[in-house]
Amino acid sequence: MNIITVRRISQIFFFVLFIWFCIVSSFGEKWWQWRGWPVNWILQLDPLVALGTLLATRTLYAGLAWALLTVVLTVVLGRFFCGWLCPFGTIHQFFGWIGRREKKFAERVAANRYRPAQVIKYYLLIGLLTAAAGDVFADFFHVARQWPTIPGLVFAIGLAAFSFLAIRKVVPNLKKAVGVLMVLVGAWLAVGMFLHPEALFGVSLQIGWLDPIPLIHRSVNLVLLPIGDAAMGTLSTSPRFYVGAWTIGAVFLAAVLLNFLVPRFYCRFICPLGALFAVLSRPSLWRVGKREGKCADCELCENNCEGACEPFEKIRSSECLLCMNCLDACKQTQMTYSTARSAAGEVSGPGISRRGFIISAVAGVTGVPMLRLSGLLGANWQPRVVRPPGALAEEQFLERCLKCGQCMRVCPTNVIQPAMAEAGLEGLWTPMLNFRVGTSGCQLNCVACGHICPTAAIRPLILDEKLGRNEFASAGPIRMGLAFVDRSRCLPWAMDKPCIVCQENCPVSPKAIYVQEKFSTVRDGVLTVKNATPTSVEVGGAALTPGQFATGDYFCKPANGGDEERRQIVECTANAVTIAAAKPWRAAPAAGSRVEIQVHLQQPNVDPRVCTGCGICEHECPVSGLRAIRVTAENETRNRKHSLLL
Amino acid sequence: MTNPQDAQVISRRDFLARAAKASATIAATGVVGYWLHDRIGPKAQTVTDLVSLPDFSLPRVGPKMSIITGAERVRTINRGFAALGGIEQFIKKGDRVLLKVNAAFASPPALGATAHPQLVAEVIRLCYQAGADSVAVSDNPINDPQSCFLLTGIAEAVQTAGARLVLPQEHYFKPTTVRDGTLIKNWPLLYEPFRGVNKLIGIAPVKDHHRSGASMSMKNWYGLMGGRRNTFHQDIHNIIKELAMLVSPTLVILDGTTTMMSNGPTGGSFDDLKQTNTMIVSTDQVAADAFGATLLGKNAANLPFIAKAASAGRGTADYESLKPARDHVD
Repeated sequence: MNIITVRRISQIFFFVLFIWFCIVSSFGEKWWQWRGWPVNWILQLDPLVALGTLLATRTLYAGLAWALLTVVLTVVLGRFFCGWLCPFGTIHQFFGWIGRREKKFAERVAANRYRPAQVIKYYLLIGLLTAAAGDVFADFFHVARQWPTIPGLVFAIGLAAFSFLAIRKVVPNLKKAVGVLMVLVGAWLAVGMFLHPEALFGVSLQIGWLDPIPLIHRSVNLVLLPIGDAAMGTLSTSPRFYVGAWTIGAVFLAAVLLNFLVPRFYCRFICPLGALFAVLSRPSLWRVGKREGKCADCELCENNCEGACEPFEKIRSSECLLCMNCLDACKQTQMTYSTARSAAGEVSGPGISRRGFIISAVAGVTGVPMLRLSGLLGANWQPRVVRPPGALAEEQFLERCLKCGQCMRVCPTNVIQPAMAEAGLEGLWTPMLNFRVGTSGCQLNCVACGHICPTAAIRPLILDEKLGRNEFASAGPIRMGLAFVDRSRCLPWAMDKPCIVCQENCPVSPKAIYVQEKFSTVRDGVLTVKNATPTSVEVGGAALTPGQFATGDYFCKPANGGDEERRQIVECTANAVTIAAAKPWRAAPAAGSRVEIQVHLQQPNVDPRVCTGCGICEHECPVSGLRAIRVTAENETRNRKHSLLL
Repeated sequence: MTNPQDAQVISRRDFLARAAKASATIAATGVVGYWLHDRIGPKAQTVTDLVSLPDFSLPRVGPKMSIITGAERVRTINRGFAALGGIEQFIKKGDRVLLKVNAAFASPPALGATAHPQLVAEVIRLCYQAGADSVAVSDNPINDPQSCFLLTGIAEAVQTAGARLVLPQEHYFKPTTVRDGTLIKNWPLLYEPFRGVNKLIGIAPVKDHHRSGASMSMKNWYGLMGGRRNTFHQDIHNIIKELAMLVSPTLVILDGTTTMMSNGPTGGSFDDLKQTNTMIVSTDQVAADAFGATLLGKNAANLPFIAKAASAGRGTADYESLKPARDHVD
């Protein structure tokens, strides 16, 4: 079989597999729902996810170890992931193919020329990784503070090594080399000794913005599937909503459309994962290249070159995606994939400049403290950002969250939504709960989000821990936030209307919402008695609306009578009210005296010891615009500083 | 100066062709504009295509009720039907039955907040045994519908018993108005499951309800409402009355095997439940609820919606007047 056919089969297989994983990330018990399907597998194969979280947390969480397989294969084979596996790459290749179908040979070759701007992706990779590696830098300087002898040792070893190399004439200028070494070690010592490295660096995992695997997951989960399924209603019986999904869709669409400008635009210029593969594949054992230095110069090999790696000349191995189109195109079978380096020579290395490297690294390192000047991790924390149950404290959360949208996809109630500006730039597209969207608040007996989260930014809770049962009884339930009653909007508080929908729907036992009973005299509710019988009162003056006070919630009592005189109204005409016959007046109100019409209210209050912040009350509140009961992140378990309880 | 010889010569053919195209474009624009011209603009919203539910009750059978004590739902429901002359009294060969269960919350069956799956399965089995053509089960729950039916075990019971589960979808709701009502006007009703159905059975547990006092058979019809139905809580007793006016079931089954005494209607703890070991089958939903109130330690007079439904002619609060068949099964 032709190598191109094999590659296409592989690409289609992994693309379909990826789509399948997105489809089966549905909450439920059917075979095509999330019942043990390894829906994170492609994310787990992504070594940038692994490396990013590794730098940020210094652990390799669970299935992320799959990335080791990708690394090993890349080191041996080259960038197979880009050309054979990556579902985003497959989309680009497809649209690139559509874009160039009508083009002339010369135009195609021109489109597939290497462009110096392809180096941008390496700078993006460096910036994103250094932003995630703040703790590593902090540790590095911490060493100088804790054990100042180590920098001294390094200096001594360096001095010895340089001297040896100078004698062997490898280092031409010993003075300069030692000078540079002295400056570097001196800076290391100085920063470590005199500054606070911990305060200097922050850790922020932002690879998810551009890493193609989280990007494509996010785009399919939050944009393509909801649109595709809205008309079919197969995956979800009620249509799914995602706040600000258009921003995700716009990025996706732009990335796809750019293929008409330059094929595989995203892969060539932007993709930080591709950049990582390029670095990893430098020593690869197998590589694409020419058998002989001289050939017919037909340039057919560049006709469909996906990586713009110029196989015709000195091949830029780091850019080669192993699409193998050159092997197929070459009529002389000059092109080969073998252990030998190209006979025409190679341009090895990505071509990043020292200056560019330093600029992007510094941007990454300083970018994080700059973003954090907003104080969102401290005093200016945003109470609107209610994170899913089991989410880590914000700082640790931002070390792990990929913005892949898996939690939002699996959430059965659609309450988990991508944050837009709420959580700051670092928190763009991270999960937060929006209780107005979806079919319910956060369901009490559900822990799906933590179990799908590929990086444990949301911990995989068991139900006992979420609910604070059995061994977790002393810790209490996981609280995402706390419901607050807005007494200026709540019907029983502000408008003398009975309601307590929130109390009814509060799912915990005992309920976190309790009521205080109150009898409130209604507007214009003091009436003059015209005539009265033991079970009714005829009033003069203002006419009543028939039935208005006969709902079972209204009572009548003499204006100066005590509570025991209050009688439930069972009927109400335009000028008389009737009270329950079972409990007549002890003495019917005298003509000319006054009676009051009172409404029986149950006014809701929230007990912060029991409220979990699930937001079902907010979802159900009949004040459907700005709800009269709203959950904010106060009292959330994940940050003790936000606690309200003593 | 333009040299007249340089001027473009218009060919007659080209000019005529262009003139024809131009006039066709102008004419088409005019026609479309005239055709679609709206002098008045949009009117205020009007509702058309109101639906209403047929009367599923059986005048032939009349008001009947059975109250069976016992801890085993399968046994008490069988005895309950037997005491009324068998389910064949209600379900005939070829009937298409809808069971309106209470699946309001995504909580496990043991917590008693929803219709018990064992009971649902047994009623489905009995319907088929009586010769029913089809049995469908539906509700528009409060929590996420899929999760509710999944966690309550009802979905599985329905599937195993061979009935059809109808999850609410947006286009399943059609506006309805209750005749002589004041609250349910042009309100979305879960109508789709009723298409082709000729028998309706309500299945609900007995539960505490802070606002209305109790959630039983009549309150169960709340689950047929769509829209932001929670606004009706402002007038809870009248909305329950109107629900009883909206729905005339073939019969209702009120499950008081365990009664949720407190923290209702969600419950959430075994401490909220009391073993009351009673199964009620009734063609009179008001009578069923009037009796159900006693399981909660209340009576009909404590629950204004019962008197209201009774005075609206939906049944009697004096359940003893139906001479309910009483029995006990172990």
